[in-house]
Amino acid sequence: MSAISRDEVAHLARLARIEMNDAELDHLSAEMQVILNAVDRVQEAAKADVPPTSHPLPLQNVFRPDVIRPSLTPSEALSGAPAQEEQRFKVPQILGEE
Amino acid sequence: MSFIFKSASEQAQALHKGEISSLELVNQHYARIEEVDADVHAFLHLDKEGALAQAAAVDAKRKAGEKLSPLAGVPLALKDVMAQKGVPTTCGSKMLEGWRPPYDSTVVTNLKKNDIVILGKTNMDEFAMGSSTENSAYGPTHNPWDLSRIPGGSGGGSSAALAAFEAPLAIGTDTGGSIRQPAAVTGTVGVKPTYGGVSRFGLIAFSSSLDQAGPCARTVLDAALLHEAIAGHDERDSTSINQPVPQVVAAAKKLDVKGLKIGVVKELQGEGYQAGVLQRFNESVEELVKAGAEVVEVSCPNFTYALPAYYLIAPSECSSNLARFDSMRYGLRVGDDGSRSAEEVMNLTRQAGFGREVKRRIILGTYALSSGYYDAYYGSAQKVRTLIMRDYAAAFGKADVLVSPTAPTTAFKIGDKVDDPVAMYLNDIATIPVNLAGIGGMSLPAGLAPEDNLPVGFQIMAPAMKDDLMYQVGATLEAALIDKWGGNLMSLAPKLGAR
Repeated sequence: MSAISRDEVAHLARLARIEMNDAELDHLSAEMQVILNAVDRVQEAAKADVPPTSHPLPLQNVFRPDVIRPSLTPSEALSGAPAQEEQRFKVPQILGEE
Repeated sequence: MSFIFKSASEQAQALHKGEISSLELVNQHYARIEEVDADVHAFLHLDKEGALAQAAAVDAKRKAGEKLSPLAGVPLALKDVMAQKGVPTTCGSKMLEGWRPPYDSTVVTNLKKNDIVILGKTNMDEFAMGSSTENSAYGPTHNPWDLSRIPGGSGGGSSAALAAFEAPLAIGTDTGGSIRQPAAVTGTVGVKPTYGGVSRFGLIAFSSSLDQAGPCARTVLDAALLHEAIAGHDERDSTSINQPVPQVVAAAKKLDVKGLKIGVVKELQGEGYQAGVLQRFNESVEELVKAGAEVVEVSCPNFTYALPAYYLIAPSECSSNLARFDSMRYGLRVGDDGSRSAEEVMNLTRQAGFGREVKRRIILGTYALSSGYYDAYYGSAQKVRTLIMRDYAAAFGKADVLVSPTAPTTAFKIGDKVDDPVAMYLNDIATIPVNLAGIGGMSLPAGLAPEDNLPVGFQIMAPAMKDDLMYQVGATLEAALIDKWGGNLMSLAPKLGAR
């Protein structure tokens, strides 16, 4: 049975870009443990000689010709933007204080 | 005269005969919504302007003698996970509050092509994650059979709209049972087509290898008509099947199961299943035998791993799919006061925009995909997926379709399972194997459980691309049960509103 620590959950929250407070991390760690205990058993079934399936359909490399086709106009593409300027998405500074 | 209690096919016929106009029909449904939705809360948004314009346009086409599709002018409720251009699409989340898509999903394009009138967007568990619609950021939907109970999830709004007669048709999406389980607990019909049967373009992604949009209705024939309207290959969905749509309408009219083998799945019954659910299930199997089918018992031993495999695969895929909600290009943005970095704004936005279940699954998925754990968790789950597909292949060697109860229990009370994620996940125990294998699954009403008088669903599973078999068996069973009951199950539902 794998154990997941609160520090690991905090690390995962950072990876997932979600700002969680201490109370939430405590609560979530406990829940994670319960869920992991329940899903752990997949390892019993997964024998070495069983190939993994990522997808139910036997499709591969479904491409279309590399030809430009009409898509969204710039104003349609920007229509949901929280902020925009000069036909671009305006975003907060990428490099912040550490 | 009110047409809202009629089936979609009956409404379509009435429109065709000129007994009612689409405009009047749509207005009757809006009046119904006005009457009952304060209690049911099936809808998040009503697009009256769009719907009335569409209805008027269909009426004009009909008057001009144009040839119209079978469901032209009939109203429909659309699960809020489907992009509809210019209409608020929230996925039941604060993350997309007020967002108006700049494009239509292919499902919506197909609905419009068929002149089906979209009344509004229905409530759902946030980003399709849940089995009760309690995870909606906009409040739960209430089951029309008992307003203190859940309507199922994630597509509880769609199923409740049907059961409350607010619409004769609805669209749902099903990743682990989100069409079928709500259908089961509301006494309606819900179908998850074979994976790839209906385009996912514009279906806001939860778990891309499992998600599938499908038809919801009060009768099997109605679902078949809607199925044919929305299904088909789509160039814009590279996972869509490039083959003709199965002839499900013809199959739904074929009230005959003579010679068909019905496989009862041993692992999808027994412990954990409510007694009344099992009783109605067994009675329904008996009806199919009376109608000339042969019953065989099949065993799918790996199904016991289906639930844990799903709760690794779906969260993993969702952690990737929901990374797009980063406050940069659309949706919520929180904390951008000029002093914060993009990363900080992203972190604050995702904290504010996502609810508990969504965050739980993102974290679980991030863990299952992280290096050191990938093989043990996601890797193992993918192997289980292979085993599940093998079990189905073996079972379909012995039977034409497989059957089970759709859900282990009838509708539970709102609040009963919110604090116990694993107990909540168990609602999907019979529906999940279908999604993992990519085959088709249908739920139709099997009666009311004697202990609580709440709807029970009967699940039919068909091999990939053989969706017609589900409709053939479903329609036959439906007819037999209606005959046995002396009427439609929905006539037993509590009367809502003034009527």
